[in-house]
Amino acid sequence: MSHPEAALIALRGITKTYGQGAAAFQALQGVDLEIAAGEFVAVMGPSGSGKSTAMNLLGCLDTPSSGEYRFRGIHVERLDRNQRALLRRNCLGFVFQGFNLLARTSAQENVELPLLYRGEPADVRHAAARAALGKVGLSGWEHHTPAELSGGQQQRVAIARAIVTRPLVLLADEPTGNLDSKRSHEIMELLVALNREQGITILMVTHEPDMAAYASRIVHFVDGLVAQDERSSPPAEVDACC
Amino acid sequence: MLLNALLLALREIRRNLMRSFLTVLGIVIGVAAVITMVTLGNGATRMVADQISSLGSNLLMVMPGQRLGPGRDSAGAPKFKSADIEAIEQQVNGLQAVAPVVGSAVTLVAGTQNWSSTVSGTTNAYLVAGNWRLAAGRAFSDDEERAGKAVCIIGNTVRRELFGGQSPLGNAIRVKGFDCEVIGLLAAKGQGGMGQDQDDSVLMPLRTAQRRLTGSLDIGNVMVSLKDGTNSSVAMMQLRSLLRERRKLADNVDDNFNVMDTKQIAETLSGTIGTMTALLGAVAAVSLLVGGIGIMNIMLVSVTERTREIGIRLAIGALESEVLLQFLIEAVALSAFGGLVGITLAFFACWGLATLMHMPFLFNPGINLTAFAFSAAIGVIFGYVPARRAAQLDPIEALRHE
Repeated sequence: MSHPEAALIALRGITKTYGQGAAAFQALQGVDLEIAAGEFVAVMGPSGSGKSTAMNLLGCLDTPSSGEYRFRGIHVERLDRNQRALLRRNCLGFVFQGFNLLARTSAQENVELPLLYRGEPADVRHAAARAALGKVGLSGWEHHTPAELSGGQQQRVAIARAIVTRPLVLLADEPTGNLDSKRSHEIMELLVALNREQGITILMVTHEPDMAAYASRIVHFVDGLVAQDERSSPPAEVDACC
Repeated sequence: MLLNALLLALREIRRNLMRSFLTVLGIVIGVAAVITMVTLGNGATRMVADQISSLGSNLLMVMPGQRLGPGRDSAGAPKFKSADIEAIEQQVNGLQAVAPVVGSAVTLVAGTQNWSSTVSGTTNAYLVAGNWRLAAGRAFSDDEERAGKAVCIIGNTVRRELFGGQSPLGNAIRVKGFDCEVIGLLAAKGQGGMGQDQDDSVLMPLRTAQRRLTGSLDIGNVMVSLKDGTNSSVAMMQLRSLLRERRKLADNVDDNFNVMDTKQIAETLSGTIGTMTALLGAVAAVSLLVGGIGIMNIMLVSVTERTREIGIRLAIGALESEVLLQFLIEAVALSAFGGLVGITLAFFACWGLATLMHMPFLFNPGINLTAFAFSAAIGVIFGYVPARRAAQLDPIEALRHE
């Protein structure tokens, strides 16, 4: 906040409007937000508050209607579809509420997928995927398909897939939404560990205060604006890798 | 990337084996049909070409009537007489043999066997003109020809059907109420250019056939063979002007007879076969097109079904072009696989049909390669629309898709 140029992510006056004319709906109404490298940010807010829209923009899956989004100084709003894809490929990792693993495809192959698009050779892919699965505590489960894994395990595979590329930022959209409380806490502990130990910046949407409590900063969205921004602990040390 | 996409595509195909099989069935049938048509067409053309050489290339057929083929107007045209034959022999230069032919379809009986065949009343010149050799026995004697004796020379098929393994020489065949002694056996020639059996024939002296079979002195047509080195168009011209003169045709009247070079007949025939081949090939190509549409349909279904998967790929950083490539390769792999199966099928179909129809089986690498390339191209063409649809999906929408 005090050193805006150093911020990993900087949003300035971001608006997002869906539809046109009378049916137009402004999901974001001028959001200003800065996120430093190494932060663990929980994004909260009631449905319709614009938090999902904000996450899609932060994840470079969508472009703002107006305003400025800089990621490491790069103007994301000026990038085309392919450039944003490359940014996602090289700097971002995604974890979804519904896990979104490829069905009938082994955990190992799911985790290798982002490396495949990066053009890594097979031996590098195999080693990195095994290491990532090890980090999320799934050594020995490499050859199981999602259907053979529990929800918690599936989400771990998804996290392994997100971190296998050693991303700068991990975007998690309600990662515990489909899990019971015990698994939820395990997943959160895993995310905290990744944040602390790997220095991965984490942005997580959640509506459960329990889960948000694991974050070092909580941003509340209300009616398309940041209503509240509270910080509980200083961000972790960063040794960025992207 | 390309190899990865190929592996992904193959895995997807294996995952939906039954559906993939049904999808490519159209391509399989299309490719097999195109190849079979073209290969058999080529075989037929080759057979005709072989026939030209077995005939001896310098044979002219002279027939009464205005033109050849359907609608041929021969009813009013005067027939040839023996005098015409003599005139031709004497007045046209460079002829090797002139054989009058009176044809009649008859049922032959020998002992307990009977067989339907064609009797040709002719002279020994027929053997020369038609390039026939005798496997056994002898040709007609002058006396037999002059007197119209009941003797005959039979083809190999007739011998087999009537006499089996026995020698026919000296035996009698009953032809339309009279007995005819077999004096010679023609050497086998095999199938003719139009698929007819050349060995299924009986020759008897012209006069015998005229008296006992047709009951008139008319001659059906005339076979004229030319000496080596004779220009066939010059001989045809002489023949035409001679016959016009003998038939007293005024300058402004069309010929009421026809002179055809057998080479020309064969060429016309192979031209016709070529046209038929092209036509059937075109019909088969339409089925290939239908197969392509089938692939497009399934690929569109597949894209809809796998919307979420595409969303995942796009979210983790797949480029539009990479998703496009994946689906395109899937379509091409399907259709190329169909092409390979089609080629295999066509190989056996051609081989079987060629054997069945006694045709030469000419394996044509060109048409096989073309058909394969075409099937792959169909994958590209009909796979492109679904693949582009997949590549242009909005990742957010795609991920939300149930």
